[in-house]
Amino acid sequence: MAAGQIQLTRRRPWSERIIEALLFAAASLGVLTTIGIVVLLTYQTVQFFQIVNLIDFLTGTVWSASIEPYKFGVLALVSGTLLVATIAMIIGTPLGLLSAILLSEYSSNRVRNIVKPVLETIAGIPTIVLGFFAINFLSPDVLKPIFGDDIGIFSALAGGIVVGILITPLIASISEDAMRAVPRGLREGAYAMGATKFEVVRKVVLPAAVSGVMASIVLAMSRAVGETMAVVLAVGTRPQLTFNPLESVQTMTAFIVQITQGETSQGSVQFLSLFAVAMVLFVITFALNLASAWIVRRYRTAY
Amino acid sequence: MTGLSATPETIAPPRFEPALMRRKLTGTLFYGACLAAIGILIVALLALLLNVLIVGLPWLDVDFITSMPSRRPTQAGILPALVGSIQLAIIVGLITFPVGIGAALYLAEYAPDSRVTRLLQTNISNLAGVPSIIYGIFGLAIFVRLLGLGPVLFSGAATLALVILPLVIIASIEVIKAVPQAQREGAYALGASRWQMVRSSVLPAAAPGIMTGIILAMARAIGEAAPLVVVGAAAFVTSLPQPLSGSFTVLPIQVFNWAQRPQADFQGIAAAAIIVILVLVFILNLLALVVRARLSRHIQW
Amino acid sequence: MTISTTKRLGALALLASIALAACSGGGASSAPSSAASTAPGGGASSAPSSAASTAPGGAALTGSIVIDGSSTVYLITEAVTEEFKKVNNGVEIGVAESGTGGGFKKFCTGATDINDASRPIKEADAAEGVACKANGVDYVQLQVAIDGLTVAVNPANTWANCLTLAQLKTIYGPDSPEKLTWDQVDPTFPKEPVVRFMPGADSGTFDYFTEAVNGKTDASTAYATQSEDDNVLVTGVAGDKNAIGYFGYAYFVENKDKIKAVGIDGGAGCVTPTETTIGDGTYKPLSRPLFIYPNTGKAKASPALKGYVDYYLANTATLAAEVGYVAVPETVAQQQVSAWSAAVPK
Repeated sequence: MAAGQIQLTRRRPWSERIIEALLFAAASLGVLTTIGIVVLLTYQTVQFFQIVNLIDFLTGTVWSASIEPYKFGVLALVSGTLLVATIAMIIGTPLGLLSAILLSEYSSNRVRNIVKPVLETIAGIPTIVLGFFAINFLSPDVLKPIFGDDIGIFSALAGGIVVGILITPLIASISEDAMRAVPRGLREGAYAMGATKFEVVRKVVLPAAVSGVMASIVLAMSRAVGETMAVVLAVGTRPQLTFNPLESVQTMTAFIVQITQGETSQGSVQFLSLFAVAMVLFVITFALNLASAWIVRRYRTAY
Repeated sequence: MTGLSATPETIAPPRFEPALMRRKLTGTLFYGACLAAIGILIVALLALLLNVLIVGLPWLDVDFITSMPSRRPTQAGILPALVGSIQLAIIVGLITFPVGIGAALYLAEYAPDSRVTRLLQTNISNLAGVPSIIYGIFGLAIFVRLLGLGPVLFSGAATLALVILPLVIIASIEVIKAVPQAQREGAYALGASRWQMVRSSVLPAAAPGIMTGIILAMARAIGEAAPLVVVGAAAFVTSLPQPLSGSFTVLPIQVFNWAQRPQADFQGIAAAAIIVILVLVFILNLLALVVRARLSRHIQW
Repeated sequence: MTISTTKRLGALALLASIALAACSGGGASSAPSSAASTAPGGGASSAPSSAASTAPGGAALTGSIVIDGSSTVYLITEAVTEEFKKVNNGVEIGVAESGTGGGFKKFCTGATDINDASRPIKEADAAEGVACKANGVDYVQLQVAIDGLTVAVNPANTWANCLTLAQLKTIYGPDSPEKLTWDQVDPTFPKEPVVRFMPGADSGTFDYFTEAVNGKTDASTAYATQSEDDNVLVTGVAGDKNAIGYFGYAYFVENKDKIKAVGIDGGAGCVTPTETTIGDGTYKPLSRPLFIYPNTGKAKASPALKGYVDYYLANTATLAAEVGYVAVPETVAQQQVSAWSAAVPK
C-alpha cells in the first residue's frame, strides 16, 4: 500500500493490531454468549436427567413440579406453548400478510401513512402492556361476554390473541420486504397480459416472494413460542395437555417465571427442571430460526 | 382492450365480459379484506391505548411520579421504578455502545471472508432469535451467581445488554455497509491506515444510523421485564436503587406486580405506570429520529 | 465531531440520572446494604452497619433489614414496613414473599433477618429446623395476628355455601381426579367442572390447609392452578363461575365485592369466617396463628432490626386489623412482647 514517503503518516502496525484484536473480541462476545448459554443449559439439564427419566420427561403429559408425587411430563408445558402460539399464528398471519400486501402493492401515500405508523407503534409496545390489556379488558370485557361460563379470566385464547397482535408487525415487515424485492418487470409482464391486480398478487408476487413470506411466518412462530410477559399475565399457571383454547394452560416461559419467583435453592429438582424446560425452549426456537434461514436459502427465487 | 381492428370471428367479447367482472369483483373483495385487516389492527391498537388511558390517566399526577410504592393505591408511586428504569437504560446504553459498535465494525470492515467470520455472523443472527427469558437465566447464572454480584441493578442491566446486543450489531452492520466504498477508497488514497480510515470516513457517516439503532434498542430495554424477573427484580422496594447494591425494580416489573392485584385501584396505578413507560419509549423514539436528522446533515452523498 | 457529541449526550444523561437519584433520594439511600441483602446463600452474614442511636423513639436508626416468607403475613409486614419507614427513613428494608417454606430455607442459611410464617417452623425438617441449628441461626416465634384461612367461590356460585371437610378433601385431596365436577362433591350440585385454584407448595397456607383438610402436609391434588401470589388466586376465582380457591382471610376482605366466602363445617355446623368467629376460634379448623421469626442473633447486634421488631409488636394489633386479619387478644400480645424482651434484652 504505502510508497516510501508515506511511511511518515502510517501508524505503527502494533497499534493497528491491538485495535483489530479489541474489535474481534467484541465480535466474539456473541460466540461466547452462545457457548455460555449452551454449556449452562446442558450442564444443568444433564444433572436434571440424573434424577428424572428422560423418556418420562419427553413423553409425559402431566406436569407437577411441586406437588408430590412429582411428575415432569414436559408435553403439558409444550402443548400450552404450542396452543397459544398456534392461536397467535392464526391471527397474526392473515393480518400480517394482508397488511404487507397493502403496503407493497396498493401503496398510495394515504394508505402508507396510516399503515406504516400503526404497524410500527404495535411493534414498539412493550409486551407487559399487552398482558395488561389481556387481563384488564380483553378477558373480562370481550371474551367473557362472548363465551360466558365456558371461559375464565385466564385462557390460552386471551394470550393467543395478544401474542397474535404482537407478531403481526414482524410478519408484515419481512413479507413486505420480500414482496418489494420482486422486480417491477415481473408485475408489468402480468399486467400486460391482462391480469387484474389481485391476480398479479396471487400468481406473480406471492409465488416470487414465497421464501421471504414463509421465513417471516416461521420467525414469527419462534417469537410467539418465546414470548413471556404477555402470556404470564393472560394464560395462567395450570399445566395441562388440552386443545381447548378457552382453558387456562401454562406455557414453558410462564413456568420459568413461576419457578424463579419462588424458591431458587440450587440443586433442588424444581430448580433443575427450570433448566430442562429452558433447554427445550431453546432447542425449539433455535430449530425454528434455523428453519427460517434455510427456507430463505433453499426457496429463494432467482431473478 | 380490443382497440385493434379485429374481425368479429376471432374475438368474442360476450364470453370475456362476465369473467372480467368476476375477476374484478374478486380483486375488490381482496382489497376490502386488506383494508379490513388493517382496520382490525387499528381497532385493536386503539382499544389498547384507550384502555390504558381511561384506566390510568385518573391516577397519573406528580405525586404518583415522585412517591414510593405503598400498600394503599392512593399513596403509591413509581419513583424507585422510574429511577431504576432510567439508570438501567443508561447502563445498558453504555455497555452496548462500545461492544456493539466494535463488533459491527469488526464484522463489516475487518473480517476476512472466512469460515470464522461466517460463524460469527451466523451466531449473532441466531442470538437475535433467542427468547429474552433465556438470557435472563443466563444472566442469573453468570452475573448474579457466578460473579457474585447478586440481584442488583447492574446484573439486570448486563443481562439486558446481552439481549439487545445482537440487534444493535445487526443494525449497525447494515448502516456501516451502506457507507459508499468511495469514501473508504478516498481515505486509503490519502495514505490512511485501516483504523484511520474507519475513524475518519466510516464512523462519522455511520454514526447517525448507529446512534439511532442504540437509542431504539434502549427503548426496547426499557420495556423488557422477563429477563429481569428471572434475575431478581424485587417485589416491594422502599428506597431508590443503587446500581451495585440493594434491591431494584423497574417500571415493567412494577406494572407486573400491580396488574396482578384484582382491586380496581391497583389496576388503575398499573395503567398509570404503563402510560409513563409508553411516554418514555415515545421520547426515546423521538430522540432517535432527531439524532438521525441532526447528524445526517453532515453527510454529503 | 459526531463522536464528541455522542459523548456529551451520554455524559449529560448520566449526570442527570445521578442528580435525579441523589436529589429525590434524600435520606432514603442509606449505608451500603450489608451482605445480608445480596448473598443468596452461605453461612453467617455480617451484621448490618448499625448507627449510633438506640433511642427508644427509633430516631436516626440506620441499617438494612431483609424480610421474606409468607404471602399471607406479607400484607401485615408490608404495612408495618411502610409505617416504620415514615419514622425511620434511614433504614433500608426489603420485603419479599417467597412463601413460608421458601422463606425458611433462606432464613436458616442466614440470608434473611426475619421470616414471615403462616405456620410454625418445622423443627425436624432438614431445610428448616435442622439447618437453622447447623448454621447457628437463633430465632424466636412471635405471633402477630390470627387468620381464618378462607375458602372462596365466585359470587355466581349459588350452590356451594357450606362445605364439610370431607367435601374439601374431595376437591383438594391427592386422589382427586383431573376432571372433577361439582356433582361429584355433592349430588345436589350442578354437573359443572370444578376449576381449582390454590397456593404454591412453598406457601404456609398450602401446608396448613393440606394438613387440616387432607390429613397430611403437602398431600394435595396437582390438578389446580397454583400461584404463590394470592392476588392471582383471587382474580382467578372472581373470573370463573365454577372456580374455588383458598387463601388468607385478608385477601378475602380486600375483595369482598368479587368473591364469596364458603362456610366450613368442621363437625359443629356451618361457620363462615368473620372477625368474630376467627377471633374466638369457632371457625374451625381453619383458624390459625400468623407468626414472624426474627433472627435473635442479628437483632442483638443491630438496633435497627431490634427497633423494627419492637415497632412490629407494638403496632400489629391495629395494622393487622386494618389489613383484614384479626388481632391477637391482649394477653397473648403481652406474652409475645415478653418473649421478645427475654430473647433480646434491651
